[in-house]
Amino acid sequence: MDNIFPSGAITKISGKAVVLSGNDIDTDRIIPARFLKCVSFDGLGAQVFADDRKELNKGAAGFHPFDQPEKQGAKFLFTNQNFGCGSSREHAPQALMRWGIRAVLAESFAEIFFGNCLALGIPCVQVEQALILELQALANEATNPNFVLDLASSSISSEGCSWAIELEKGIQQMFLSGRWDGTAQLIANNEALNKTAAALPYLNNLWA
Amino acid sequence: MSAGTLYDKVWQLHRVAELADGATQLFIGLHLIHEVTSPQAFAAIRELGLGVRHPELTVATVDHIVPTSSQARPFSDPLAEAMLATLERNCSENGITLHGLGSGRQGIVHVIAPELGLTQPGMTVACGDSHTSTHGAFGAIAFGIGTSQVRDVLACQSLAMAKLKVRRIWVDGALQPGVYAKDLVLHIIRQMGVQKGVGYAHEFAGPAIAALCMEERMTICNMAIEGGARCGYVNPDATTFSYLKNREYAPKGEAWGKAVAWWSALASSSDAVFDDEVLIDASRIAPTVTWGITPGQGIGVDEMIPQLDQIARAERPLAEEAYRYMDLKPGSAIAGVAVDVCFIGSCTNGRISDLRAAAAVAKGGKVAAGIKAFVVPGSEQVAKEAEAEGLDQLFRAAGFEWREPGCSMCLAMNPDRLEGREISASSSNRNFKGRQGSATGRTLLMSPAMVAAAAITGCVSDVRKLLNNPN
Repeated sequence: MDNIFPSGAITKISGKAVVLSGNDIDTDRIIPARFLKCVSFDGLGAQVFADDRKELNKGAAGFHPFDQPEKQGAKFLFTNQNFGCGSSREHAPQALMRWGIRAVLAESFAEIFFGNCLALGIPCVQVEQALILELQALANEATNPNFVLDLASSSISSEGCSWAIELEKGIQQMFLSGRWDGTAQLIANNEALNKTAAALPYLNNLWA
Repeated sequence: MSAGTLYDKVWQLHRVAELADGATQLFIGLHLIHEVTSPQAFAAIRELGLGVRHPELTVATVDHIVPTSSQARPFSDPLAEAMLATLERNCSENGITLHGLGSGRQGIVHVIAPELGLTQPGMTVACGDSHTSTHGAFGAIAFGIGTSQVRDVLACQSLAMAKLKVRRIWVDGALQPGVYAKDLVLHIIRQMGVQKGVGYAHEFAGPAIAALCMEERMTICNMAIEGGARCGYVNPDATTFSYLKNREYAPKGEAWGKAVAWWSALASSSDAVFDDEVLIDASRIAPTVTWGITPGQGIGVDEMIPQLDQIARAERPLAEEAYRYMDLKPGSAIAGVAVDVCFIGSCTNGRISDLRAAAAVAKGGKVAAGIKAFVVPGSEQVAKEAEAEGLDQLFRAAGFEWREPGCSMCLAMNPDRLEGREISASSSNRNFKGRQGSATGRTLLMSPAMVAAAAITGCVSDVRKLLNNPN
C-alpha cells in the first residue's frame, strides 16, 4: 500500500490498472456504512469493496479485482457509467486512495464523488465507452501492462500506444498547478466573502 | 444556458468570486453537520491552524449512529459513543449549536432543520450528506458535500463549485388516493433513470407539485440525488410560507412580511429558460415499488417484474445483476412477494404526515406473523407530535415497535439492520446491495403506507385495496 498521498502539482501518474466492470457502482459498495464508524480515515484502505470482495472470493469465479495478486499496487481504476453514485461519503475515495488508487477512468462519474476525488488530488477522467472498453481489455491481458496518465498532454498510454483524453480545462489546470487543494484560495478571498455575506437579506435582516 | 430560474438567482446572490480555474466560490448560508462526516473535517482545520469562520451558520445534530431502542449514554457501541463524543467536543470548542439527544430538537438532520425553520427560501444549504437536496423543497439551493468540503465550509463558509444546468420536471395532473409523494419520485426516477440528473439541478414544478404539502415536497427533493441530481428544488409559494410561519428560526414580526415578499420574488420567472424539460403525468402513477438494486428499478405494484427483453439494452447487465441479487423472478408479480422486515422512517419518509399515512393503514390491523415491523420517527419533535396524537399506541397495538429518532435502518450504522438474506419493505431511499446492513440483505423501496400494508399482509400489497376495505 502506498502511503504517500497526492500533494502539490500532479502531472503524471504511472502504474497498473484494476478493472471493475459495471454501471452505477455506488459508494455503499465502495465502502459499506459500518466502516464509517470512525473519526479518522486511517484504515479504510483495507475495507474498500469489503462486501463485494467477500462475496466474490467465496465463489468459484476467482478473486475480486481488488484481490487479484497481480493487481496489488495498481494505481488506476477503469470502470463504467455513473461510478460513485449514492451517498456523499468521502470515505469512498479515501478508501480507494488508501488502497493505492491515484486516478479513475470511467464512462461517467456521479457528481459528489467526482468532487470528493478532486479534493483529494485524484483525477477522475471521463472517457468514451469505446475507449474504456479497450483500456479495460488491455488491463485484463495476461501481461498486466503499465499505464501512464499524462495530465499535461491529456493522454493515456500503455505499451507504445497512446490515446487522447479530454480533460476539462479548469480541472486540468487545478491538477497541473496544485490548486486542486483549494482551501487557501477560498480563504484568500476574505474581503469578497464578507461583502457577499453582508448583502444577504436573511443574514442581516435586510429584506427588501 | 438557464436564465431567470430560482437556481440562477440564488447562485448570483451567493457568488463570492470566480476562482483561477473556472470554478465559482459560493457562500454557504446554512451549514448542517452530523457525527459521521464532520470529525475528519474538524481535525483538518485544526491541523491547518484554522478556526470555524462562521460558527453561527453551522448547526449540528446526531442521527446516523444513534441506537433507536435505548439512547442512554454511553452507547453500548464504543465506536458510536466515540463519534458522538467527538461531535460534542468539536461543537463546544468551536461555539457551534448542537441539538443533542433529549434536547427536544434532535433528529435526522434533514428533518430537524426544516421543522426548526432553519431552512428558508433563497439560502444555500450544504451538509456532508447526499440527501441535503431535501432542503430544496423550500426553494433553497441545497446539496450534499464530502468531508474535504465540510472542512472548507468550516474554514471559510464557502465552496468552490461549478454551476449546474437546470432541468424543469413539470408534473401535471393529480396523485390518486393511495398514491403518495414517494410513489411520484420513484416513478420519476424509474422514467428518467439514475444518471440523467448528473450535472443538473432539478426544478420540480407543475400542478401536482403545487398541490403537495411541504413534507411531501421534501420527499421529492430528498430523492433528487437518486436520479443523479445533486440538487432539487421547488419554488417557494403560500404552502412554503405557511409552513415556515412561527417556526423557531423563521423571521418574526415586521421582518416576516418583508421576508415573504423577498422569498416570493426568488421563484423562477414565467419566462425562465431551462436547459431541459421533462413532463410527467401524476394521474397515471400507481403505488410504486423497487424490485432491483437501484432506485430506478421500480414498477407499479400492479405490474410484473420486467423481463430482460423489456429492458433497454444498456440497462440489461444491471438488471441481470439485480435478478441474481434479489432472487426475484422476471415476469412474476411484485405484489405478493413476502417480506421479513418492515421499516418506516428515514429522511425521506420519517415526518409526521408519513407516520399518519402509515397509521391510517395499520389502524386496527395486526402485523403478520414472523414479521419484524418498526417505526422510527424522524426527530424528537415528530415523536412528540405522534405520541400526542396516539400514533405510538396505534402502532404498538398493531404489533409495530415504536422507536427513538434517528437514521436507523436506512443505512444501518446503528444496531437496526437486516440479517442474512432478509428482505425489507422500507420507506427509505436506497436499495443498493448491502445498504441495510447485511451484505446479502434485500430492500424494496416504497411509501410508508405501502410499508404498513406489507407489514399487515406479510407481503408486498396494493395499499389502495386496504384503504378501500378497512379492517
